[in-house]
Amino acid sequence: MTSSRTADPASAPGRRQGLSELLVPVLLLGIGLAVLVDASGLEEGLGRSGPVGPKAIPYAIGAALVAAALWLAVDVLRGGRGEQESGEDVDLSHGSDWRTLGVLFGALLVNTLLIERVGWPVSGAVLFFGSAYALGSRRVVRDVVLSFALSIGSWYLFVLGLDIELPVGLLNGIL
Amino acid sequence: MDALANLADGFATALTPVNLLFAVVGVLLGTMIGVLPGIGPAMAIALLLPVTYSLEATQAFIMFAGIYYGGMYGGSTTSILLNTPGESASVVTAIEGNQMAKRGRAAQALATAAIGSFIAGTIGTMLVVLLAPSIVGLAVQMGAPDYFAVMVLAFVAVTSVLGASRVRGFCSLLLGLVIGLVGIDQTTGQQRLTFGVPQLADGIDVVVVAVGLFALGEALWVAAHLRHTSAQVIPTGAARMGRADWRRSWGPWLRGTAIGFPFGAVPAGGAEIPTFLSYVLEKRLSKHPEEFGHGAIEGVAGPEATNNASAAGGLVPLLTLGLPVTATAAVLLAAFQQYGIQPGPLLLENEPELVWGLLASLLIGNAILLVLNLPLAPVWAKLLRIPRPYLYAGILFFASIGGYAANGSTVDLVLLLVFGVLGFVMRRYGLPVLPAIIGVILGPRAELQLRRALQISDGELSGLANTWFSISVYAVVALVVLLPVLLRVLQRRQRGAGPGDGTTSEAPERVLHSSSEGRL
Repeated sequence: MTSSRTADPASAPGRRQGLSELLVPVLLLGIGLAVLVDASGLEEGLGRSGPVGPKAIPYAIGAALVAAALWLAVDVLRGGRGEQESGEDVDLSHGSDWRTLGVLFGALLVNTLLIERVGWPVSGAVLFFGSAYALGSRRVVRDVVLSFALSIGSWYLFVLGLDIELPVGLLNGIL
Repeated sequence: MDALANLADGFATALTPVNLLFAVVGVLLGTMIGVLPGIGPAMAIALLLPVTYSLEATQAFIMFAGIYYGGMYGGSTTSILLNTPGESASVVTAIEGNQMAKRGRAAQALATAAIGSFIAGTIGTMLVVLLAPSIVGLAVQMGAPDYFAVMVLAFVAVTSVLGASRVRGFCSLLLGLVIGLVGIDQTTGQQRLTFGVPQLADGIDVVVVAVGLFALGEALWVAAHLRHTSAQVIPTGAARMGRADWRRSWGPWLRGTAIGFPFGAVPAGGAEIPTFLSYVLEKRLSKHPEEFGHGAIEGVAGPEATNNASAAGGLVPLLTLGLPVTATAAVLLAAFQQYGIQPGPLLLENEPELVWGLLASLLIGNAILLVLNLPLAPVWAKLLRIPRPYLYAGILFFASIGGYAANGSTVDLVLLLVFGVLGFVMRRYGLPVLPAIIGVILGPRAELQLRRALQISDGELSGLANTWFSISVYAVVALVVLLPVLLRVLQRRQRGAGPGDGTTSEAPERVLHSSSEGRL
């Protein structure tokens, strides 16, 4: 029903955007089906109290997701386009910069995989350095120093100052 | 005046030297983080959550009180001084405020925003103090069907009031509800949607969802579209204003407060509509309507006061019903839940020290904000020049700390990444983020109340609407659903008849329609 028609569906980039827009209903449909399948595996009788069991709500939400996916697909096919979010530092005149995103995602993933192995002081520094590099910072020496200052500083702040556990890892005994 | 006596007790809690220090730190941190471009108040609170993990609840909330108003004030500073379009609740401030700044009146724009925020925040918080006990008195009589009805209203309001596209709001809500389903079913103890991952059995931590959607998602989204020409920051001195500015500002401040508070207090979806209403109203009432669009001080004073009053109003449903209506309130609720505190009618009874301490701290924080921010404006302006690679790398860095520290588990970092990507996709395809987070928070509670209500009525569906309260709430729900449809039909008819009403300002209307969700 309501849709903001920002892109012209007739123009080539507009049409390409239109096709990628269908990813959302596909994603919703997939999630909806997964919820329905998961719900069907639940036992109704188990320790049940009251007329509504554990299945009812997941069934309702799963079905609603499938319906919403169809509704959204119809909206997209009729020319409806999602409004990309704007912002102070956002320039929507060009498409998503996938290289930057890839490196950022990689930095986050490396931190996730390494944090308990090498500790936050190292993995956090890699995360910050990698992200800053991906976003175009090229002052390597300054960035390395800053990354370690931040990760070691935040480790001290959280572990000693705030009494919150962050893995120390490789630098155990040094910090 | 029971409430005032309680408030005095709250002041006694909040005014100990240590607690006062937490309030000052909260205001400073909140403003500092809120000023940074791309970080709105909700993200500011989400990023600062881990700092309070080890604090005692009262102190943590005193700090949050400072962060709450500080983050909001910081946001308006950004929109006034930064020469790029801002969004959502501060969109109107951005238009007039930035115009004022360009004409060399940045100091006056910041001053009217700061003083207006102070006045609106103070009046608003006092209204919360006076209203909360009587609403709690009503709320303790509410049963399961009433609660369920109120939650349905919240769901409908956030999906249909916000944003340009209802279907996308609805999709976003459903995504949130699915996230809320994950974990052990409350009545039968069976695992739902955990896919055999033991760490998911306790459900997904709301903090992880909030940090992922608000902070990580936003940072990834901005990073992919980073503006490469550096934004132009307008320099400013200490915020101050002259007698003529005072004369033009006090009316808009008070009217803005009157418009903002009720909009915040009903679950109707944030400050976007009331700030716009305030703007239009001030333009109609102004003796200088020609200045609007070119830097009219009323156009900053009114909407800014409205914004803060509506934030204060949002505390009413949050504290009395446990119902968040804005992104900021949602994150605040997540913070409550971190402490095992469930906002709702019983909160005032069970944790009076905390609630009254929080309200007193809001008043104190507001005063600190005014005292600090008028002279500190030039310092905050410098923060706007932070190199963007460092800013967004820093957001990812602190979001990762927050995600990990919530439970000390890498599973949460994986989830954080998943929600970060989801947040990115939602921003790309115009799905508003707020309905999702409301779904995560309220979904499980709505299910609980629904099952309870149907248990009482023995499965009869009529048991969901058997009180005057629930019936009237469903009437409001019907209104919220049907009104936009009705308006659209009328609009179409009007458009067919001739050109639209030429008196309303074009600029904010355009932005209002084009910015769907805006800065969280």
